[in-house]
Amino acid sequence: MMKQLFPIKHVMGYVASLVLSAAALIVIYGDLSSSANMVVLLVTALIQASLQLFVFMHIGESADSKKELYINIAYAMFVALVTIFGTLFIFVWGWYA
Amino acid sequence: MDLDKFKVHGEPLIYGAMISIALATIGILVGLTYFKKWGYLWREWLTTVDHKKIGIMYILAALLMLFRGGVDAMMMRLQTAAPEMKFLDAQHYNEVFTTHGLIMILFMAMPFIIGLMNVIIPLQIGARDVAFPRLNAVSFWLFFMGAMLLNISFVIGGSPDAGWSAYFPLASLEFSPTVGNNYYSLALQISGIGTLITGVNFIVTILKMRAPGMTLMKMPMFTWSVLITNVIIVFAFPVLTVALAMMMFDRLFGSQFFTMANGGMDMLWANLFWVWGHPEVYIVILPAFGIYSEIIATFSKKNLYGYTSMVFSMLIISLLSFLVWAHHFYTMGQGAMVNSFFSITTMAIAVPTGVKIFNWLFTLRKGRITFTTPMLYTLAFIPIFTIGGVTGVMLAMASADYQYHNTMFLVAHFHYVLIPGAVFAVIAGFHYWFPKVFGFRLNERLGKHAFWWIIISFNVTFFPMFFLGLMGMTRRLYTYSKESGFGPLNMLSFVGAVGLAIGFVILVYNIYWSTRYMPRDTTNDPWDGRTLEWATHSPIPLYNFAIVPKVETRDALWSAKHDNIPLYTETKYTKIHMPSNTGKPFILGVVFFFLGFFLVFSMWIPAIVSGIGILVVLAFMSFDKDQGYYIPVEEIAATEKKLMRGETV
Repeated sequence: MMKQLFPIKHVMGYVASLVLSAAALIVIYGDLSSSANMVVLLVTALIQASLQLFVFMHIGESADSKKELYINIAYAMFVALVTIFGTLFIFVWGWYA
Repeated sequence: MDLDKFKVHGEPLIYGAMISIALATIGILVGLTYFKKWGYLWREWLTTVDHKKIGIMYILAALLMLFRGGVDAMMMRLQTAAPEMKFLDAQHYNEVFTTHGLIMILFMAMPFIIGLMNVIIPLQIGARDVAFPRLNAVSFWLFFMGAMLLNISFVIGGSPDAGWSAYFPLASLEFSPTVGNNYYSLALQISGIGTLITGVNFIVTILKMRAPGMTLMKMPMFTWSVLITNVIIVFAFPVLTVALAMMMFDRLFGSQFFTMANGGMDMLWANLFWVWGHPEVYIVILPAFGIYSEIIATFSKKNLYGYTSMVFSMLIISLLSFLVWAHHFYTMGQGAMVNSFFSITTMAIAVPTGVKIFNWLFTLRKGRITFTTPMLYTLAFIPIFTIGGVTGVMLAMASADYQYHNTMFLVAHFHYVLIPGAVFAVIAGFHYWFPKVFGFRLNERLGKHAFWWIIISFNVTFFPMFFLGLMGMTRRLYTYSKESGFGPLNMLSFVGAVGLAIGFVILVYNIYWSTRYMPRDTTNDPWDGRTLEWATHSPIPLYNFAIVPKVETRDALWSAKHDNIPLYTETKYTKIHMPSNTGKPFILGVVFFFLGFFLVFSMWIPAIVSGIGILVVLAFMSFDKDQGYYIPVEEIAATEKKLMRGETV
């Protein structure tokens, strides 16, 4: 009974996301090259994001059409990439120098 | 403890505000006790999860804030009415224009629109409530407590004073050492979380709870505009959340995100602010487009021209709204290539907007137009908004913008866009949907009086600002010399502001007058409407629709009235599942208010206690076992019978 009630999956997910956050701190406290740092950040961020989507947001669950989900994720990616690359465009690549 | 930091010194106006706030609070408390309304208030309003009541509370709060922001505006116009005025000092003027902007955008325009959404969307799609009624109450109380937190800043500790955009480095601890900008980061954060939750709630409601037969392309235009708006909310507000959190860390915990030393970058704030800020403009304007579309179709007695192009133009606007933000800071130092790119995307938005304007004009063409109050606002919107749009294209040209940037020309431009684009729309929507909610219309004669006062005074107030801007008057200027020659036009603008105030007073007087004297509307459909909200009774019963309607055409009610396509195929009532009221969202809002207040003043222990309090309330909400209740068939039948006879329930 207790085993069924205890949300083991979610607790594991929560612990995992804390560990991933801590792991990303290597970038600050470790002594890695900048490209190695970027790899660490990218990998931990990707795992973190999919952890959130699958464990906590149940993206694998709904049975019928997933069209809305994919459109939503595509839109979110669009906004995130536009924000990041737009900011780089303004302040780095296109900066008046 | 040092009590001195709570005090705001030296201004008779502020003492006046303190006294009036204290008197109003005492008046409300005494009144509630005297008339024994505490229980009523708690049962019917503070704990409600009914989308209609939450919508009404949003609109009431928005009207209150409209007057708060309006008084700010009057003070600014008075201070600049003549050269060398001594009405406000520089610091006070800074606080007034900052709170005017914040309140009008975030605590007036947004809640007014969200209020109309709340009342109308479930009705328009034939649903009985929103998808997450309790979350809806959480949204409202977070918004409300955020708004109150910002409002008390005026008398406790001092208001934010770095402009509504709070640009760094000015807004940093170094240059704004008062608590004002702490209020900014926390009040906006709290109400912003509420707005974000609203976004999620309404996307799910519209995607999942439409009446049978209502495909996406059969949705009323207001529903479409709200769907797209909420998509923008969900993607734009996280940027603000993060930016505000970084601001809070900078100001409270000594981080260096936006400072000029230690690797911080002040300009990144302006960048992040406008990544959210420009979509925000469309968050307040797209629902307005939806409201106008409904009103124009209803009062032209025609279906909306170019439905599909209306939908696609809004989708394109929603995408483009994320691609234009740098046009708010052309002069910040990025190169010509960047500015050209953002110039082009900005001008591109004029195309889908133009499509919409022409669609409205074609809807009007050969229509049987009735000039009701909501229709008058709509018709006034088209030319005034076009002036705003055209001056917007002028500002969009990066090279020309170097001349206009941060002048009164810009101030005139965005008031020409936002006032017809948001304020007229919510007033029009308010007049239009008022009989649905309260069961009687607002008086047309008073409504038209208010309309003419507002429309003429609006132009008298803001048109001179275009010329002031071209003459070189910068925005946020608290005083100027006689030799500058700005005096006469500013005086004209002040006269217009007085006229606007009179217009809004008439508008509110109309609500009072109509409540007392207007006859009850017995038709449930006083405007000969086209969409589902007019199919149910007014005032609306708790469950909205006794029988869920079936939709076959875009204007479902119109088809039912004129083409013999019946709305209801069922005739028997079935029991209706409804959510039960809960006080937890309200309590959550109150605890959030205290958390915000303690953080503003860096009182760590009480702040930590409040933070734990939030977690406790959230835990209680998570483990809530209340599954709602059923309204039995007999009760529905009795209610329907009463409503058919025109009695109130």
